[in-house]
Parts: sequence; C-alpha cells; structure tokens
Amino acid sequence: MGKGLKIMLALVAIALVATTAAFATANRSHASDTLVLGSEGDPVLLDGALVSDGPSLRVISQMWEGLVGLKPGTTKVVPALATSWTTSKDGLQWTFNLRKGVTFHDGTTMDAKSVCYNFNRQYTLPANLQGENTNYYWFTVFGGYAKPATGNPGPDKSLYHGCKIVNPSTARIILNRPSSSFLAALALSNFGIASPDALVKYKADAATIGSDGVIRPLGTFATEHPIGTGPFKLESWRIGDKLVLARYDKYWGTKAKLKRVIIRPITDSTARLQALQSGELDGMNLLSPQDVPTVAGNSSLKVLSRPAFNIGYVGINQKIGPLSNLKVRQAVAYGLDRKAVIGAFYGGRGQVANQFLPPLVEGYAAKGVPEYPYDPEKAKTLLKEAGQTLPVTLEFWYPTDRPRGYMPDPPRNFQAFAASLEKSGFKIVPHPAPWRGGYVAGVQSGKAALYLFGWTGDFGDPANFLNVHFGAENTQFGFNNAALFKLLQQADAESNLDKRTLLYQQASIDVMKLLPMVPYANNRPALAFKKNVKGYIPSPVEIEPLNLVSVE
Amino acid sequence: MARFVVRRLLLLVPILLGVSVLLFVWVRALPGTPAQAILGERATPAAIERFNRQYGLTRPIHVQYWAYMKTTMRGDLGTSVASRRPVTTEIKERFPATVELAFAAMAFALLVGLPLGFFAAKRYGQAFDHSSLFLSLIGISIPVFFLAIILKYVFSVKLGWLPSIGRQDVLIDAEHPTGFYVLDGIVTRNWAAAWDAVQHLILPAIALGSIPLAIIARVTRASTLDVQSEDYVRTARAKGLAPRIVDRRHVLRNALLPVTTIIGLQVGILLGGAVLTETVFAIPGMGSWLKEAIFNHDYPVLQGGILFLAFVFVMVNLLVDIAYGFINPRIRVS
Repeated sequence: MGKGLKIMLALVAIALVATTAAFATANRSHASDTLVLGSEGDPVLLDGALVSDGPSLRVISQMWEGLVGLKPGTTKVVPALATSWTTSKDGLQWTFNLRKGVTFHDGTTMDAKSVCYNFNRQYTLPANLQGENTNYYWFTVFGGYAKPATGNPGPDKSLYHGCKIVNPSTARIILNRPSSSFLAALALSNFGIASPDALVKYKADAATIGSDGVIRPLGTFATEHPIGTGPFKLESWRIGDKLVLARYDKYWGTKAKLKRVIIRPITDSTARLQALQSGELDGMNLLSPQDVPTVAGNSSLKVLSRPAFNIGYVGINQKIGPLSNLKVRQAVAYGLDRKAVIGAFYGGRGQVANQFLPPLVEGYAAKGVPEYPYDPEKAKTLLKEAGQTLPVTLEFWYPTDRPRGYMPDPPRNFQAFAASLEKSGFKIVPHPAPWRGGYVAGVQSGKAALYLFGWTGDFGDPANFLNVHFGAENTQFGFNNAALFKLLQQADAESNLDKRTLLYQQASIDVMKLLPMVPYANNRPALAFKKNVKGYIPSPVEIEPLNLVSVE
Repeated sequence: MARFVVRRLLLLVPILLGVSVLLFVWVRALPGTPAQAILGERATPAAIERFNRQYGLTRPIHVQYWAYMKTTMRGDLGTSVASRRPVTTEIKERFPATVELAFAAMAFALLVGLPLGFFAAKRYGQAFDHSSLFLSLIGISIPVFFLAIILKYVFSVKLGWLPSIGRQDVLIDAEHPTGFYVLDGIVTRNWAAAWDAVQHLILPAIALGSIPLAIIARVTRASTLDVQSEDYVRTARAKGLAPRIVDRRHVLRNALLPVTTIIGLQVGILLGGAVLTETVFAIPGMGSWLKEAIFNHDYPVLQGGILFLAFVFVMVNLLVDIAYGFINPRIRVS
C-alpha cells in the first residue's frame, strides 16, 4: 500500500471518528414547551378571506376566531367570539352578543365594529380579489358582492345583506333570505375576525393581477401580520423552511400550554415519517395508510384518527346512454362490490357508506335508506327488465394519480369495481386520466358515464354535502329532479333544528332512491404523533386547536 | 480570450430564446390548463372559460408568446400560482439552497472520487482497482432517492447522528444575509448555526454526490492510465525522478485535464436542482420547487424557473471553458 493511500485512509478514519463523536452528543429532541409539526405543504397566505387550502386554514385557525367555533373533535357549533345569538322570526336577522374584554394581538379591542368591518370587507372586496378563485368560501357561502367584477354575482344573488352595530358588544348580521347552514359556515376560519387596524395598516386588500391572471398581494398582512384574537400569534414565517407561532398571553380563553408551535412543510410523506421517527418532528399530518402499521408498531409513536367526514362515490351521469333508466342505475349499484373494495384498499380505516352524508353529519338517516348489497344476479335481472341486451357497455373514468382522503388508491378501486360490474352484466371501457390533467374537467363537464369521485366536508352541515351536489341541476350527474331540489331548499331554509334534521334525513333517503351516484366509502384519515404529545383532538374538518396540546 | 468570452455571451441570446419557445409550448402541451391550475379543482367549467377569455388564453399561441416575452424582458417572470409570490423572489430564496447542496455534493464527489480513481489506476488490475470499479458501478446504478432513504434510515432514524430534513434546526434562530446557510453562520459568527447547517448538508451531499463521484472516479482512473504510459512520464521515470514527484508533477496534473470538463458539466447538472434529493430531504431548493410546480401546473414557475436554470447552465459551462483555458494553454490558442 502506497504512502499516499495510507495517509488518506488515516485521515478518513480520523474524520469519521471525530464526526461520530460530535454527532453522538447532538440531541435531536427539544424543550417540552415547543411542538414541531410536519405539514404536507406551506400555507398559501395567512388571510382567511383569500385561501381555501388545508395548510393555510390549519395555521389561520390558531390565530383567528370566528363568532362561533366547533367543539373540538366534532362538527358541533359552539360559542366563540359570540357568547350567544338570536334569530328573528323571519330568519333574516342574526343578533350576536359578543364576548367582552377580548383583544387582538396588536392590542386593539374586538367589538361589534370589528365584526361588521370583517364581513363588510369580504362583501366589498376589490374586483381582482373576488370570485371562487381567491375568495372561495365567501363566494360559496354568501354568493355575492356589493360591487361585483364582470362575471361575478352581485347584491341580488348575495345571501349577505349587511351588518349592523347594535352596541359595542352586539352585532347584527342581516341576510337576504333565510339560511340555517349559515351558522355552521360561520365556524369556518375564513370568516374569522381579524384586527381592522391591521387589515388597513398592512394593506390586506392591495393586490395586482399579472398578465398571467395570478394574484400577487402587495401588502404584508397575509404574510407577516395576520392579526386576530386566537391563542397563538405569528412569530415568523420563512417559506419552505418553518412557520413559528408564539403563545398569545392575553388570550381570553384556555391559554396555550405550549410556548411555541413550529410547522415545517415536508411534501414527501416518507420524509415526514422519517423525521418523526428521528425525533425532528413531534407530530405529522397525512400519514399514508401503508405507513400506519409502522407507526403503530413503534413504542414511542402513536396513530390518531380523524373522524370520517368524507364520502367516496361512483358517480353516474344520467345524460349518458342507458343511465337515464333508474333500473340500469340500480343494476350498477347492485353490481359494485363495495365491501370488497373497502376491505382491500382502505387499510382498515374505511367503512362502507350507504348514503351520501357521513354518519356524523346532522341529517344522516339511520334507517329507511334503500340498501344495494353486491348481487350480480339481481343486477342482470334489472338490466333485462330495463330492456337492455347484455352486456351493457359503459365507459368508467378513474384518476391515475392524486390519492384523496376518501380514495387512497384510485386505480385499484377502479379495477375491483370494473371486475365486479363485468360479473353483473356490464362491459366496462376504462378511461384513465390524470386528476388535474383532464380528469376533473372531464367529469365536471359531464363527459364521464361512470366515474370515481368524492367530497370532504368544509363545515359540519348537511347543506355542504347535499345542497352542493344535488340542490340544483349539475352537469356532473346530468341530474334534474325538481322535487329533490325543492326539498333541499326547504331544508336549508328551515330554522327549527329538529324539523330541519328530518327534512335532510328524507333528502338523504331520496338521493339513494334516485341514485345519481353510488356512495361507497367513508374513510378516517390518520395522523402520527410522539406518545408524549397530549391533548391533540383529531377533528373531522381536519383543523385541530393547538392551545389544548402539551408535550410531556 | 476576451473575444472568446464575448462570442459565447452573444450565443446566450439565441439559446435562451430557443429555450423560452420550447418551454412556452411544452407548458401548454401539459395535460390540464393554466386556468384550472389557478382556479383550483372546484372551479366550474363556466369560470374556467371566463378566465381564459379574460387573460387571453384563447388567443393564438404566438400572440400569447409575444405578450409573455414582453413581460419577461422587463425582468418580470410572473407570479407563482401556488405561493402567489413573484417567481424572481422565489428564485432568490431557493437558488442558494441548491447551490450550497450542489457544491457540498461536488466537494464530496471530488474528495472521494479523485483519490479513488487515481489510486485505482496506480494499482491497475489489483484488488483495490476492482473494488473501486465495483463501488463506482454501485454509485451510478443505485437510485438517488433510494440511497437517500437508506442513509436517513441508518444515520437519522436508527443512530440519530444526523438530521433527516431541512437546512437548519428549527430551534436555531439564525440570520440569513446571503441565503447560503453555512456561509451565513460564518458571516454572522453564529458558529452553532454554521455547524448545524453543515450537519444538514452531509446526508444530502452524499446521496446527491454518489453519481458524480462514480463518474469522476472512472474518468480519473482512465485518464491516469493513459497518461502513465505517455512518453514524457517514461522519460521522467528513466531520468531517475522520485515516483512521488513523477506522479504529482507529470501524471496527476495531466490526468486532471479531462476531469475538469466532467466536473464543469456535473456542476451544471447539480445546479439544475436535485429534484429527488431535495424532495426526500425537504430542502427548499430549485428541484423540489419545480417538482411541485409540475404537480400544481404552476406554469409561471415552470417557465421562469427553467429559463433561469438554462441561463445558469450556459454560464457555468462558459466558466468551465474559461477555466480550462487557464489550465491548458493549448485550448486558448486554438
């Protein structure tokens, strides 16, 4: 061995020993007053009015509060900044009694003026921030603007009429028509109350829109000063690296047990899991179903489950071929082996759905729902009764990528369903497409006869499931049923909660009789944490309050 | 020399124009439309159509390209659909991460690859030679993301010696005047931050450096073998020079010439952003950014980001050619 080689090997050996010694002393765990979470991505912006994505809303909800909130772990509406509220007889005036002595992170006082300011802000948003693109939830829930930009709905279409300051601790929201889902929608962080001073000072509504159509905010409200009343305030945010929340010591409610929460964006789910295993994270969002056993088998980690608040379904377009015939749709329902699909591809976290509403949503019908157990013979009989010659050829669309909460493995779900349908008198023509590369567009524009699709609730109200899909004519389903549309409108307008529930139960049953789709899965998304993290209560809407969390 | 540099710089113009045309067409040929990317997956067909009309996406493609070129010439690369921030701002933040990682990977590849190749040639046909060939074969053939996951499993999850994600420990509050975290730590005299940044670079650099390492080792070995049998080396030996001096002055110096070109090319490739390494190690660099952009159909990012990388690639190659001229005067003359 040459001298040079010997020297090199010796140097390498020394370097290895030295670095090993240095690393062995390094401690990757951290103080118990800090929680480090792994998120699937960075927030887009920290302004509830301008976002609709999970990573943004999970952070905003720690800093902002609405008039009402959700009881942790449920979709039950509870008081937040409003301690109580009353409705006028016609259901148009909602009077909120506000909590006293609440301050924003910038020291200003939260009062009726700030409440009205925030609602009016969204109603009078400048033209370039309006619409479902940027202002999705206002657009969806309130559906109109004071001065609409071209193509946007105006005051005539708006649910919101105005806001009145009755006195400093009482605000009244006036609607143009009665709506009972309005209250549940107010629990969305998108309708949280931000500091009016900060909104003005940091130019929340200043934005340009480039020639490419993408909006670019000019102020620093949504990136540096998203000031609300919540238990945490923003300390710093470096995109791609970390977002730091600090405890707000003057919080009116349960003060945070943690001093700081650090959220790290890690898009790759394997990388998130490895960082949790190595101790760099205390918890992570979106644990893949195949990684659940790994975490469950690790003595220092635990799996948490969010309640199922989603629905995976096989959509049926009644405008295509023989699907306008109810008997053919029933044959599809009997021909889908839903139990086998849930058993095989949901990692023990799914349950077979028998209706469009998930069980924890008000209006879920515990009985009276028509059932369609897997029965190939019955399917064939129904097809023959419908005057069809077997096999009946149908095109079945499925996405090739993007597993969703309600559909962890789309191609294999499709294969299993196609096989069971072929045993039931159908001939299936597969139509795969990338989720954003034509799949969603094709389905929504009514090109797909059968297709895999689903929905995750935005807020805990049946209107957000049933009215959104079956409340009006919808090209995706090629479905038009005046009686059902009327029933759903009536249900949404009903202010008596018991009557409302009954109406929605009826609607849920009717949908299963009409079969615009066949529901098949309610899935529980998984989270992973270190065992010493306590008080993290998984929420169906996937937004958990962090002031209750502690690290022991 | 000056004329050579000017000529190469002028050549940049047609190259970048060509790249921009290709990119513009490619981004529009991707499945899915920009409108859908911007409006989100719950957008209605009516909203998409309205958007297309509003932003001229229904115009002929050459008209659209001209409009795009006009804003690009002003230095405006557009706004990211995903983050709603200017593409140029994001490049400023992300490019240093990629440069730092590329240099760390190259340093690792050189430190190990050069001696490995040189000593393999010196021991041609012996066990060391065979094992170094075998090692470089593994280096080339093992998928980077697989190596990364294995490295993380051993050194982060099992042994706990090194961090598995990011560029800096979340609990370290460091200032970042340059964006190069190791350098930032040194400049601000925050030694803990600098050392921490170095630790964060080790595993990604090994994973990413495995491929250039293997290439460098092989090229060094082959060119050392060539040079060793040259007449001037034989002459040097024959006149009784010590073998160490022959190796250093005659063999190594000449054997390194072809390696320089390889290094330049590899640095160019590494600066293009290591998509897999950056994703697996959650490093906010150019590679992970462009990967996300493809998933999100973030077309301003794809257009602006790749155009910038093309510019960097051409510049790096120019620098390599100039450096080569200094090392090997024969090139300069011709």
